[in-house]
Amino acid sequence: MRVAVVGFGQTAFRTKRKDKTHPELAFEAINAALEHAGLEFKDIEAVAYGSMDPFDGIYCPERWDATACGLEKPIMKISTGGTTGMTTALAAYEHVASGLFDLTMAVCVQRVGECVDAQPVLNTAVDPIYERYSGLGAIHVASFQATAYMAKYNATEEDLAWVSVKDHKNALKNPYAHIKMDVSVDDVLNSRVVCSPLKLLECCPRSDGAAAVIFASEEIAKKIRDNPAWVVAETTISDSYYLGDRLSFAEWDSLAIAGRRLFRDAGIERPEKDIDVAELYSPFTIQEILELEALGFAEKGEGKEFAREGVTFMDGDIPTNPSGGVLCTNPIGATGLVRFGEAAMQVMGEAKNQVDGAEVALSHAWGGTLQFHTLAVLSSKKKLG
Amino acid sequence: MEVKEFEVWWKIPFKHSAGLHATKFFEGLKDGKILGVRCERCGRVLVPPRAFCERCHAETSEWVEVSDEGVIETLTVTYMKFTGLPDPPYAVGVVKLDGADTGMLCFLGGIDLSDWRKVHETFKPGTRVKAVWREKREGKITDIEYFRPVQ
Repeated sequence: MRVAVVGFGQTAFRTKRKDKTHPELAFEAINAALEHAGLEFKDIEAVAYGSMDPFDGIYCPERWDATACGLEKPIMKISTGGTTGMTTALAAYEHVASGLFDLTMAVCVQRVGECVDAQPVLNTAVDPIYERYSGLGAIHVASFQATAYMAKYNATEEDLAWVSVKDHKNALKNPYAHIKMDVSVDDVLNSRVVCSPLKLLECCPRSDGAAAVIFASEEIAKKIRDNPAWVVAETTISDSYYLGDRLSFAEWDSLAIAGRRLFRDAGIERPEKDIDVAELYSPFTIQEILELEALGFAEKGEGKEFAREGVTFMDGDIPTNPSGGVLCTNPIGATGLVRFGEAAMQVMGEAKNQVDGAEVALSHAWGGTLQFHTLAVLSSKKKLG
Repeated sequence: MEVKEFEVWWKIPFKHSAGLHATKFFEGLKDGKILGVRCERCGRVLVPPRAFCERCHAETSEWVEVSDEGVIETLTVTYMKFTGLPDPPYAVGVVKLDGADTGMLCFLGGIDLSDWRKVHETFKPGTRVKAVWREKREGKITDIEYFRPVQ
């Protein structure tokens, strides 16, 4: 069963959305997606809901948010760390692909801004027996990657800074993005070091907001719109639980494996040629570089040059994160769904920061202290190759 | 109109069972030993130890003592205070101990941490380090205070 994205809605993402409660944010995103698809709420047959407990200080936010998702509709909650948003998208997609439903919706909500500090929450995801004492959070593991990569491939602080310059430039074109400022390489290099070698302007913010994506089976999708975004292939993967079990921090091997699986299923032979735009989950500058290499866009050790040489900018060969990416907007449990929705908008030709003529888009999320990856290829064409 | 906000605190005690494997590891620390387990199938020595190898889906029952010296894989020095986490600056790294096939998370120390570039130079990946043990050991992960460069 071929399945397409027929609607995408997102709220404006901000440090705090004090104007609305948890389900009120969900309601806003759901209505935006329905409006985009030209559908009514009653048309949606089932809902996959995602949030990353307990960033909001609320366990089981699905209880509160089910009020916005529909009291009598089938609903299930998905939570897989930072990949939550994209895994929720895949759950909604698979419910249509299985033939069980014709119209489903993925809804994700997160209020990272309601938490005094995201790192202690992330620290509760770290092994309580052996590792939690170290104070480890997401930024620490990204810094591990940066240290290892810079040492192995002689990457410079400036190489990494260019990724931030590019994402911030893109975010200026996205009305939904959270952080909007033009930054220079010097601005990035002169911002304070948070966890060496990463500096403040190389790290994502904490954002409040919600997103929703509507999926339809083939016949229904064609009736709803003439430019649906077809889901061509998708996959997820789990890496080891303990950080030390993967001894290469300079490469992202699990993502490379997942990428090969995805491209095989999608019929993509040369990602650098066949993919027009990528929405990658890069809350820290170094990660975009590792992701580009793991996914085969760049050779090992060469991803560091991509932002500096303009390859990943809007007018480059591989425009990456036209939305401004996770570096500028991070409502953690909804972030993956935003990547997915933005990738869909690109191949629909309706993105706010549109890559000219994009036909094939890649969407990615990682989560769980480097443990999980979720990937999907979306296209204006039902089938590639 | 100012939107009202209500402050909520979570402070809930839990008791996490370490299980038999980790308990044996912690008892070993008390004796100044670092223990790992060997996977029956792939032969990797896993430190810290656990009851099964997640790669092979096989049990690990052979105990192996590894060295308290090893090699730095990677590191970071934290300069920002995060609520409830250690006071900065602190250096955390991954060390692959001699005799182990996996890395162990640990604090790095014994040097001034104020200039991160100097810390990264001293502890650059590939550098040999040695455990500095606490005098009074309690069978906790923190019995190893930190790793220092091997002079």
